[in-house]
Amino acid sequence: MTLDMTIQSPVVPKKRKRLSLGWGALYLNVVLSFIFLYAPIVVMSIFSFNASRQMQVWMGFTLDWYVRLLHDERVRLAAKNSLIIALVATLVSTIIGTLAAMALERTRFRVKRFYEGALYLPIIVPEIVMAIALLVFFNLAFTWLDRLFGLQLNFGLGTITIAHIAFSFPFVAVVVRARLADFDRTLEQAAQDLGATDWQTFRYITLPLLMPGIIAGALLAFTLSIDDFVITFFNAGIGSTTLPLEIYGRVRRGITPDVNALSTVIMLVSMMLVLGYLFLQLQRRRTA
Amino acid sequence: MVVAERVRPQQQILKWRERLVEEVRQREGLRALLLAGPGGLWLLLFFLLPIAIVFAYSFARRGPYGTVVWSLTLENYARFFDWLYIRVFLVSVWLALLATVLCLLIGYPFAYVIARAPRRWRNALLVLVLIPFWTNFLVRTYAIMLLLRADGLINNALLWLGVIERPLPMLFTPFAVVLGLVYGFLPFMILPIYASIEKFDFTLVEAAQDLGANTWHVFWRILLPLTLPGVLAGSILVFIPSVGAFVTPDLLGGGKVVMIANLINQQFLTVRHWPFGSAVSFVLMAIVLAATLLYFRLGEGRRV
Repeated sequence: MTLDMTIQSPVVPKKRKRLSLGWGALYLNVVLSFIFLYAPIVVMSIFSFNASRQMQVWMGFTLDWYVRLLHDERVRLAAKNSLIIALVATLVSTIIGTLAAMALERTRFRVKRFYEGALYLPIIVPEIVMAIALLVFFNLAFTWLDRLFGLQLNFGLGTITIAHIAFSFPFVAVVVRARLADFDRTLEQAAQDLGATDWQTFRYITLPLLMPGIIAGALLAFTLSIDDFVITFFNAGIGSTTLPLEIYGRVRRGITPDVNALSTVIMLVSMMLVLGYLFLQLQRRRTA
Repeated sequence: MVVAERVRPQQQILKWRERLVEEVRQREGLRALLLAGPGGLWLLLFFLLPIAIVFAYSFARRGPYGTVVWSLTLENYARFFDWLYIRVFLVSVWLALLATVLCLLIGYPFAYVIARAPRRWRNALLVLVLIPFWTNFLVRTYAIMLLLRADGLINNALLWLGVIERPLPMLFTPFAVVLGLVYGFLPFMILPIYASIEKFDFTLVEAAQDLGANTWHVFWRILLPLTLPGVLAGSILVFIPSVGAFVTPDLLGGGKVVMIANLINQQFLTVRHWPFGSAVSFVLMAIVLAATLLYFRLGEGRRV
């Protein structure tokens, strides 16, 4: 790339004049696109501080909507549910996702191609299809468990968590696998030459080197879980409302400023998670 | 005697080696099982099996009160040929295509500018693209809703400027849905195109210009064909989630714009015709699969 630039730079001044209109349009497109990407969320955040209940006019700055959120029992319950689900789902999907990545990078087995294909399927299959498939499955499973063992189970935090693990662990596997692929295996061999057992090699060499990838995968799983709406919507039960479900319910009932405040909080949380993830990816590139 | 003695240890060694290899293989098999097992089990139980059940349901009949009666009928698939449902499919594919083309028209020049920007700016620009993209999808769709409402910011601004006299009905229209899809998936188009433009060798442009090609020619004959893999990848990445979108048509279409996912939702939660809903789900999967296959076919053709 640097080579390409040095070759090109002497030519540029001559051509630039002819292309100036083109570049003007290109820059305009970039500016407009950024406005398009940011205007909706910025407007939403600004209006979450609006003192008026009516949202078309600005009536002064207030934090009332945020204070209200703090005292809102439903929001508290939804936040608690979201957190519980995301933490459990992240823990489980990080573990089984990492194991799956190791299996794909480090071992050979007969059904590997099939395994790999199946692992990528949840990423490709439309969310709505996965949502109703799990709904149908849990329904059938609960019917049979009741009929065979008299076990009374129902939709709730459990079904949501299982569903979240199912769609997020393949993402963890993909991220960790990328890290494993550019892994310097001579370090492991050196450890083993020095007499380390398989477990010691894994514990003191492989795992620490893999950690940034695993943490990035965990962050991704957490973000996916806490943001998910469609699959949660179809697999939730009474009392297992999550934050996105709560927002959806309120939007459906009519738009009020407290939805803006709640949405802004959720937006900031996912932004921080993403920035954390990007930061880790940057570090990864630096260490790799 | 001497010969026999020499042969025996060799056989012994061979035997040991065989056993060692066997043991390593078994251990590797065991290790693979332990590593791949949990994920495999989860996939099997909570993904493949559910999908298989949906497939089986798509050939079943609806019993009274929305129960499912096992059978082997094609009537659920035959039901599509009702104009009502064909329309839903055509609308979905059409809106998804529209969103894809718009993303391409906005995203290609956008990616070009980022890829040509000074190196230290590129990552910052990419992060700026990603930040809104990775915030909650529902929240972003809701944010669009706020802008498009009859008393939303856009209508108020236009009224204030005197461009219009009555608020424009923007929300709950196909326009709103396409806007929401473009807003939701634009970065899916930008990123792969950016990747392929960044790899593009710009000395080729100079070579073409030296040979007398104008800007237009350079774009159509050199830049576009060589960055086509990115364009194809971006298009498939926008089209697939668009055609199966649920939240966007639900909130921005408000029941007036019905896409495939809304039909599935309706069949499962409102009408409770699960077999038909299952069949619709499989047709949606078929569309997604067809798009993916088309993508690979086009991609292969390119590489040759």
